[in-house]
Order: sequence, then structure tokens, then C-alpha cells
Amino acid sequence: MQVMPINYYIFLSVALFTIGIVGVLTRRNAIIIFMCIELMLNAVNVLLVAFSKMHHVAAFALDSSTTAGTEAQLFVFFIMVVAAAEVTVGLAIIVMLYRNIHAVDINFLNRLKH
Amino acid sequence: MHINEILFWFLTALALFSAMMVVFSKNPVHSVLWLIMVFISITGHYIIMNAQFLAIVNMIVYAGAIMVLFLFVIMFMNLNAESEPQKSKWMKFAAVLSGGSLMLILIAALKDNVGFISSVHGEGSIGLIKNLGKVLFTEYVVPFEISSILFLSAMVGAVVLGKKEPSNTVS
Repeated sequence: MQVMPINYYIFLSVALFTIGIVGVLTRRNAIIIFMCIELMLNAVNVLLVAFSKMHHVAAFALDSSTTAGTEAQLFVFFIMVVAAAEVTVGLAIIVMLYRNIHAVDINFLNRLKH
Repeated sequence: MHINEILFWFLTALALFSAMMVVFSKNPVHSVLWLIMVFISITGHYIIMNAQFLAIVNMIVYAGAIMVLFLFVIMFMNLNAESEPQKSKWMKFAAVLSGGSLMLILIAALKDNVGFISSVHGEGSIGLIKNLGKVLFTEYVVPFEISSILFLSAMVGAVVLGKKEPSNTVS
């Protein structure tokens, strides 16, 4: 029987999340920042699916007809739904921003104060 | 070494390398293409965890629809490597340092092993469309319907935001 420690998935997810954070902090292009936020959402999704499988494996040993772990995968599905809606509105905001200040540089966003 | 283990390490390396390239490539179009690579490797992870429904949804919704939307907006704005704004070297250094220390803290906090994932196929069938759909349309039907309202409001919001403003309001 082939088993994989949950640690590896935790490390993968943490690394992807950190790369997303570094991207948000280093880049000035609003679209790239938005893409890094998507990356962080996906890191969380991977970890949720991994924990769902881990929970299912633990419950399967006691009862072979269990459906434990289904909720986490549905949770990931709802995260994807919300992310799709978020991307639509976010990109609309970025397009509106570009139309007003002709740039997607977030350093120009302080013009919104005036 | 089992085939799933080889696939895991290959997909992990691919995901991390592509994620790095998303952050460090100068051209925004290349960033989008590398992000599609990240999503494809995450789809591979879902497949080796036998979460088939999520693998398909991730492929279609993320790598398909959302990334095409990003690519469309970038092409609409005509962004390229020359027009790409850059932060100063010290800001980048500080960002990488703070991100690295966050990763260090998280790994130090979560390094204890708490469980295992079995990769044997056929054992965990919870990721199949049949089982997920049954739960989604019985227990979780109310959140499902609410998410349709969310989509409707997101669509209305996108149309309102993207509408061309009257010329007298633009300063």
C-alpha cells in the first residue's frame, strides 16, 4: 500500500502561498498582483483536498462505506465559484482603472485620493 | 519508488518552478502562461489524489475560463515587458525576505507529521462526480443556489463597472 505523508502537501502548499505573497509584495502591475492572489487561493485548495483525503483514509480504516471528506471537496468547489466571481469584478475594476489613469501601476492609485 | 510518488515530485517541482516564473518574468503575458502551467500541475495533483471532479473543474474554470479572461485583459491593455513598472531593488529584497521568513515560520509550525494520504486508486471514491453531486444537491443545495445569486450580482457589477462613463463625469 502506497502512502504519502501529509507533510509534503503542507510544504507544497506553504511554498506556493509564499510565492504568491512575494509576488504581491514585489510586483507593481495590478494584474500580476491579482494573479498572485489566485495562486494563493489555489495553494489553499490543494491543502484542503489533501486534508480531505487524509480524513477519508482515517475514516475508511474504521468503516469502508464512509463518505467522510466529501465536505472539504465541496468547500473547494465553492472557493472556485467565489474566485470566478471575484475575478470578474476585479478585472472589471482594473479595466475601469486603466481607462481613467491609463496605467495599471498600483503606485498611481494614490490619485484616487484627489 | 512508486509511480504516484514520482508523479508527485515531478508535479511539485513543475508547480513551484512555474509559480516562481509567474512572479519573476518581466512580460505579463508570460506570467499568465506560467500561471496556466501552475494550474495544470495542480490539476495533476488532484488527479493523483483521486479528486476527479475538482481536477476537471480546476482545468475548465481556472486554466480555461479565468486565465483566458486575464489574457484578454492584458492584450486589451497592450502590456509588455517595456511598459512593465518595476519596484526598487531594496523593496524586492525586503519582500523576498519577509516572504521567506513567513515560509520558515509556517514550516517550523507545521513540520510534525499528523497523517498520511493513501494513493491507492479505488479506495477513496469521494472525489467522484456521483458522490459529490449527491451531497451537493441534497445537503448543500442552499449554498449552491446562493452562489448563483452571487454570480448574477458579479455579472451585474462587471457590466456596471465596465460601462463607458458619460464624458462629463471624467475629469
